[in-house]
Amino acid sequence: MRKEEIAMLTRRIIPCLDVKDNRVVKGVNFLNLRDAGDPVELGARYSDMGADELVFLDITATIRSRKTIVELVEKVAENVFIPFTVGGGIQTVEQMDTLLRSGAEKVSINTAAVANPTILSEGAERFGSQCVVLAIDARRSKDRPGKWQVCIKAGSEPTDIDAVEWAALGEELGAGEILLTSMDADGTKAGYDNELNKAITDAVNIPVIASGGAGTLEHLYDAIVDGCADAVLMASITHFGNFTITEMKQYLADRGIPMNL
Amino acid sequence: MIVVIDYNVGNVKSVCNAFEYIGRKVQLSCDPDVIRQATGVVLPGVAAFGYAVRELGTLAELIKEVASEGRPLLGICVGFQMLFERSCEYGEHTGLGLIRGNVVPIPAGRVIPHMGWNKVELPEDMDLFAGLGDAKHFYFAHSFYADVNDSECRVAYTEYGFDMQASVQKGNVYGTQFHPEKSGPTGLKILENFAQICEKKK
Repeated sequence: MRKEEIAMLTRRIIPCLDVKDNRVVKGVNFLNLRDAGDPVELGARYSDMGADELVFLDITATIRSRKTIVELVEKVAENVFIPFTVGGGIQTVEQMDTLLRSGAEKVSINTAAVANPTILSEGAERFGSQCVVLAIDARRSKDRPGKWQVCIKAGSEPTDIDAVEWAALGEELGAGEILLTSMDADGTKAGYDNELNKAITDAVNIPVIASGGAGTLEHLYDAIVDGCADAVLMASITHFGNFTITEMKQYLADRGIPMNL
Repeated sequence: MIVVIDYNVGNVKSVCNAFEYIGRKVQLSCDPDVIRQATGVVLPGVAAFGYAVRELGTLAELIKEVASEGRPLLGICVGFQMLFERSCEYGEHTGLGLIRGNVVPIPAGRVIPHMGWNKVELPEDMDLFAGLGDAKHFYFAHSFYADVNDSECRVAYTEYGFDMQASVQKGNVYGTQFHPEKSGPTGLKILENFAQICEKKK
């Protein structure tokens, strides 16, 4: 399905900023959060360092935090001139509209899409598919080997939904991109779940951002080559200074991956 | 002053932010009197084509009028696509018709939307690209592209399994399929170039 001819399009390096109480935090397997700085400052720094895109996730997603996140998006948009996606607790097309108008390029929908899949088609028809990101938190199924189950509510609630089927349905409904997080790998720095990445990239024709598990430069390469990911997302290894964005891009470019350097 | 058309779509504010960041004053407005006074007009747009055309409404005629008087017009993304005659995104829709050609789906057989930073070959004779060299990366996010069919139009292309139209210039009408307001310093340079074009025309 994914033809060689797209080889020219550069692969993207996307730092992810999980935001709680107006601070960037990062945990392991969605737990044990550590402080990683101010979201606007950190976003601007990553942009200056050559990040291709940013993702901001409001991980509290309460009514109060939703207001804060709009203000955050406005501030980021005044200072950062690369695309960024915002997600976390978005439930309606109106909320999507507010965030896009505040300066976000894309919005990501997770739990709300499981509860009400038509939000994807309504969003696509109004804003175009390219603004609608379906975020999937997937975990290896204990009952069904070789399958992944979709988890919702920031990963706290497992569902019976198969991640690969859900990704394909999401595309059909109008999602323009998939932000795919392996809950098993998240924050472990032990590498992306490339079986998961490959299963999803084989099943859809929209871009897939691989997320969860980046620890070394080789992990990024593997996600792109073995997982066929169009973009790689990372948090721990950029926030805590393991690698600069330039180091990541140079490494991948040296190994033959098209990058915007 | 440059006027950014304020209609009910996304990225309008990002375009204003970007001009402000480079020290260029712009006015965000949907007031016909303000638009008539503009030194140049920017038509942004993150939306589906049909939605954008509907929201633009009667301002479409005014924008055509301003462009026909020779004032610089810059369309970005869906604003760029609206410069053309027709689109078939979620139904058949009519654009401004300033440039001949139609907006059609990117052919299957590759990842769609075309999303990310792709290299654009920059022709020397296109004013928006002054001082940028012969090729640069810009940020794209779209599923439809403008199939230009206008001999008076200069075109810059990007490669996505075929030569895809990335930017056009026809007289004082300019457009970019990519997002200069989200393409880092290179994108900001394009907006600066447009601001200079508007200054010269004044």
